[in-house]
Parts: sequence; C-alpha cells; structure tokens
Amino acid sequence: MTATDSPPDAGSLDATLDAAALAERVEQFLAEHDPSTTEPVEFLRARFAAGLAWVHYPAGLGGLGAENGLQAAVDAAFEAAGAPENKPRLNVIGLGMAAPTILRFGTEEQQQRWLPSLWTGEDIWCQLFSEPGAGSDLAGLATSAVRDGDEWVVNGQKVWTSMAHHARWGILVARTDPEAPKHRGLTYFVVDMSAPGVEVRGLRQITGEAEFNEVFMTDVRIPDDQRLGEVGQGWAVAQYTLMNERVAIGGGTLPRESGAAGALAARWREHPEARTPGLHDRMLRLWVQAEAARLTAERLGQQQAAGQPGPEGSGVKITYARLNQECSSLELELRGEDGLRYPDYTERRPEVEDYGSRDAGWRYLRFRANSIEGGTSEILRNVVAERVLGLPAEARADKDVPWKDLPR
Amino acid sequence: MSAPATPETGDLLYTDVEDDLRASVRALVDRQAPWDAVLRRTDTDDAVDTDLWKRLTQEIGVAGLAVPEERGGAGASWREVAVVAEELGRAVAPVPFLGTAVATALLLDLGSSDVTDELLAAVAAGERTAALAVGATRGAGRPVPVTVEQRGETLHGTVTAVVDAVTADVLLVPVDGGVAVVEAGGEGVTRTTAVSLDMTRRLTDLTLDGARGRVIEGADVDGGIERALRIGAAVLASEQLGLAERCLADTVSYLRERHQFGRPLASYQALKHRLADLWVAITQVRATARYAARCAADGSPDLPVAAAVAAAHGAEVALLAAEDALQLHGGIGFTWEHPVHLFLKRARADALVLGSADHHRSVLAELVDLPA
Repeated sequence: MTATDSPPDAGSLDATLDAAALAERVEQFLAEHDPSTTEPVEFLRARFAAGLAWVHYPAGLGGLGAENGLQAAVDAAFEAAGAPENKPRLNVIGLGMAAPTILRFGTEEQQQRWLPSLWTGEDIWCQLFSEPGAGSDLAGLATSAVRDGDEWVVNGQKVWTSMAHHARWGILVARTDPEAPKHRGLTYFVVDMSAPGVEVRGLRQITGEAEFNEVFMTDVRIPDDQRLGEVGQGWAVAQYTLMNERVAIGGGTLPRESGAAGALAARWREHPEARTPGLHDRMLRLWVQAEAARLTAERLGQQQAAGQPGPEGSGVKITYARLNQECSSLELELRGEDGLRYPDYTERRPEVEDYGSRDAGWRYLRFRANSIEGGTSEILRNVVAERVLGLPAEARADKDVPWKDLPR
Repeated sequence: MSAPATPETGDLLYTDVEDDLRASVRALVDRQAPWDAVLRRTDTDDAVDTDLWKRLTQEIGVAGLAVPEERGGAGASWREVAVVAEELGRAVAPVPFLGTAVATALLLDLGSSDVTDELLAAVAAGERTAALAVGATRGAGRPVPVTVEQRGETLHGTVTAVVDAVTADVLLVPVDGGVAVVEAGGEGVTRTTAVSLDMTRRLTDLTLDGARGRVIEGADVDGGIERALRIGAAVLASEQLGLAERCLADTVSYLRERHQFGRPLASYQALKHRLADLWVAITQVRATARYAARCAADGSPDLPVAAAVAAAHGAEVALLAAEDALQLHGGIGFTWEHPVHLFLKRARADALVLGSADHHRSVLAELVDLPA
C-alpha cells in the first residue's frame, strides 16, 4: 500500500490558476451545464470531473491543484448560478474530515473509489472514533479488529456518532494489537455501514431527541483494501482526521451579536419588564465577552488568511462553549415563568440543527454539550498549556505499558 | 430597539512597520528601564524616568506618532501609538506616554491655532510634555465636571488625581467653555505629587490660585475632551495587553523552573488550566485592543463601542493576569524585591484610569441599545 505523502494543497500546486482563470472555467462549465435543466446528481458529478469541486485537490480527484484560498469564490459563483448543493451540512464529517484523510493516507485506488460520491453527497460519511470507555482518552479505545486472511473481523461499540443513520461509509479506528502500548496498536479503516453486523441505534440525549447514535459492530468483516494507512499507524491517521475538525474558523466579518449573545440581547430589548440591575450587569459582561470572542475569531481568520496559522482555534472553541452556555442560561432567567416551560421532550431524529430557531430551554440544554463535544474544554486547556505555553505534560502511566495491561 | 449594525473590522494584525517599532521600543526599554531600576525609582521622589522619556521621544519619536507630518509629527497613527503602549505596559515604564496620548488627541481635536500648533509640534518632538488636567478616573461617555473657574485673567480651582502631570510642562485645564493652556511651572500653580497605589504612574493634585493661561475657546470643547478620553481608553487597552502578556510570560517561566513535590509546578493541571484560561483571555484583549486602535486610527464611527469593549475587557484581564501572577509565584511574589507587585499595582490602577470596566459597560449599554 502506497500512501500519498503530500497534504491537499501542497505538491502539484498550479500557480497559473489564479482567481480569474478559475472564474473563466466556472463560467464555461455553467454554459455547458445549465443548473436549471441538469439533474442535480449529474451536475455535481460533472462539476467533480471538471475539477471544480474542491479546487485545491489534485486533478482527477475533483480539483485542479489550485490554491485553497480560491475555493470560496468558486463556491460563490456556483451558488449565484443556482447550482445544486452537495449536502454540505449532512455530509460535514465526510467533506471536512474523511476526505482530507483519504487524500492524505489513501491509495490512488481508494481515492478514486470514495472521493467522487463523497463530494457529490451521494454517500454520507460518519466517524466511528469515540467509545463508551474512550472519550478524551481516545487512544485507549477497545473495539478490536482481528486479521483473517484478506479481511479484518471487527467487534466493539462506538458512540456519539453523528449521521450514522444516514451514512453509507464510516471512518473507524480499531485496536489491532492489544499487546502494544495503546497509541501503537491502532489501525484505521473505512467500514461499509450496510455490512452485516453493523447496527445503528439512536442515542437519546438530554434535550429529548436523538441527534447522535451508538454503533454496535459484531463480527463485521472489512476487506484489507479498506484500510487507510499502515497497520499500527491508526493513531497518526486519526490525529490527522481530528486536526481537520477545527480547521475552518472562516474569514470575513462575523456579525456583531450573532449566536447566543444575540438571542440574549434581543430578549433584553423586547422585555423591559424583566430588567433588573443585577441581570443588566451580567448581560453587559456577556455582551462584551461575546464581542471580544467575535473579534478574536476574526483576527484568527485574518492570521490564517495571511498564512500565519495560530493556535488560537482551541481558545476560540473554549470561549464559544462557555458563552453559549452562560448566555442561554441568563436568557432562561430573563424569561421568568416561561423559562420553566420546555417545548417538547418527545424522542425525535432531528436533521441538520438550526440552533437560532430553537427555544431558549432547548438551547440551554444543547449547549451543555459544547464544552464536551469535539474536544472537552479541559483537554483544550491542556492543548493550550502544552502546545502554546510549552508547559510540561503531567506525569502519566499509560505510555509504555501494553494496552491490555492498562486498568480500565 | 434593534441589534447594532456590524461595522467593517479592518486589519487586526500587526504591520511590519509596527513590528519594527515594537522592536526598537523594546530594545531601548529593556536596556534603560529593567524592572529593578523601575522598582528602585519607586522608592525615590524621582517619579518619571526623564532620560528614558527623552530617548523615546527624540530617538524613536513616540510622542509624535499620531500627529500629521505637517503639524510636526511622524504622520503615523493611533495603531502605532497602541503598539508603543503595549511595550511600555510590559515594562511598567515610568514615562508620561498615556497622558501625552490623551493631551495629543485633545490638541488634534481642538484644531489649528497659534497656541495649539506651537504646543502640538513641541509635544510631538518631545521638547515639551502636556497633560490634560482631568481626574484620572474620568472616562468618556459621562460629562467631566469643570472645577476650575476663570476670574478675569486668572484661574482658580483644584483638580485631583491627574495622570502624568508630575513632570508636565503644560497643563490643559478644562474651564467653562474652553480649555486653558497653563504653564505648569508658572505662578499660581501648585502641584502635589500623591503617594500613589501605582508608584510607576504617580498622580498629581493640582491647585490653581491666580494662575494665568491662554484659553482656547471652541464650540465643542466638551466633545473634544470626551474624544480624547476615548482615544486614551483605546491606548490604555493596549497598555493592559502588554502588561497582561508580561505577567503571563513571567509566570510561565517561573512555574517551569520552580519544583515542588519533585515536579515542576508547571506540570500540575490545576495551574496549567489557569494559565491556559489566561492565555485565551489575552488573545481576546489583543483582538479588542487592536480593533479599538484601528478605529481610532481611521476615525471610525464605531470607536465609542470599540474603545468601551477594549477598555472593559482589557481592565479585567490585565487585573486577572497580575493577580494570578502574584498567586502563582507564591510567597516570593509578595516580597518587595520582586517585580510582580509593580504589575499588580499598575493593573489595579489601570482598571480605574480613564473609567472603570463598570463605567465602560454602562456607557456601552447606551451605545448598543441595551438600557438598564
């Protein structure tokens, strides 16, 4: 198995492809494929074939080897022309995490097999990482994969899997060597979610609904040609996937009073009868913090655009988690008696969430997860302390011990 | 009753010119005013490092950055002023930079006249120093009471707790309907230097009894004073940024060196998380202070909001940084012979100067339509 060794936007960068050249290609493509008369899937497949899907990907894989920064203008041009979407929110795991990992670690055959239908949204992807016994300590995971000829036999349970009930494919980290220390005994696979032995169950959460899933795998057989990277290299591949999780902070001007602070401020303006000096002070403190967080995110975007990626991303996530929680909590307090009512605890399977349109009580509950999902605030503080401030790691006992001997 | 509009943010990064300016100021300050020299001076009557100030103004030109070239300055902007403030805050340097910034902003706002032109050029060149005779805690957004009255040709009254007036050559004294330009060493002017919480920026109580001055009268003197105080708050936020960064950097180094229970203190998660939170808060102050400086530089209509946010946040974060620095240094940080108390006193004082965080939040409430 030969891994591609270059990240998406390095290597075959085509410097002649500037914004004007791309705009011309988009225009030509749109002239040949009228979005109003072409079937959406046909249109998206053609766009992929033309290299206008993700322009920084290599030619032949939906891109043209152009600069990453040129993508936004291409997307805007397609959107303005009324082109069909490739389910960017439903397939957020596929587009944001699986695809860069396949590009970085997949063989050419694997890339050709998975990337086209991933990008068009024909196949939704999910991520099978967290387990009941392995959250922050992901490398301690217990799902096992045992080799059997040209196949691997997988047994175990994954949890907090978004989109698993829609997904055709999943990216999976499993333990292939329990004798090795925990980081060294892992291997990364792509699993067919329709394979025998894969069972997806909704996981009801504190809001009442089931946004995430548990995935049970019982003797699931994965062909060896669905392995990404070398046997035992799974931790490095998984790290690469997770690194892509928080890459996109986005540039441009974020609106003042967007998000939870905006909902709080709107409530304040609409309900003078709820105002007290104590609540006023708390609200103003949060308003200042939200504005500071907004400007910090913008400054981070400017740094990234200027090619000075900073470690501020972890800080931005810690801040937004806390702000969402505190703003929605104060909003409930402003609501008084209404704050005691809740819209609906019926178990449902929500599609893509639009937080802004949801009731304050729902947001209060949902935002509790913000400081847990995608890296707990405690782990992110460790990241800042160790990688930014250069403070030493705490003494730990699990680095050189075979995984099977660790207390669990 | 609606959400405020979102102004364009502008450039929040540092330009190459700003980086070079920072390096020059830092090199000079590190050489001329290391913390032990700053500390020693606090035990003397010599409140201001006049030699350092001379070099800063005459070799680097820090007093003329925001003044256009045709008026005797360097023709840079408040962005560069803010970068200098970061460096001087980092060193708690005892020089009248903040007071000069406020006085300069007022002189620029008052427009061109014989008096202002000559004084502005002299201030920009570092030949003279001017201070606005307003109590240190007065902030933009609330009226500044006039406490000095004109009786015929002479001025009478007191102004307490004036910043950077100790060595000022000229005092800009608000009077009814104008600003009097008064020679600080002239007859009828008594300056009493107060023992101040922050001995690196000592306050002056000012009494005018028969002092003479040329009064600049203008339609909008009150507005000019308010705008000067606002620009002062924006500059102060950058000082707070530099101060907070210094506190964090010193604490990180100390915790890496200091061993207890057989481990560096820096390896304990309780302490690491505290420092991580502080770092996150400081990245925010960098963004808010840069935005306020950007708004001041470009004359943005969003400056009132930007300055209030930067000042409110900067005050609290700098104070947290200094208080955490003292706590995490343990006993050594409580001794006189350690720099942390210099940072703590500056941070505590800065959180009152040009308006407290509470002042700025209450002003903000009106600006963004979130009434009490």
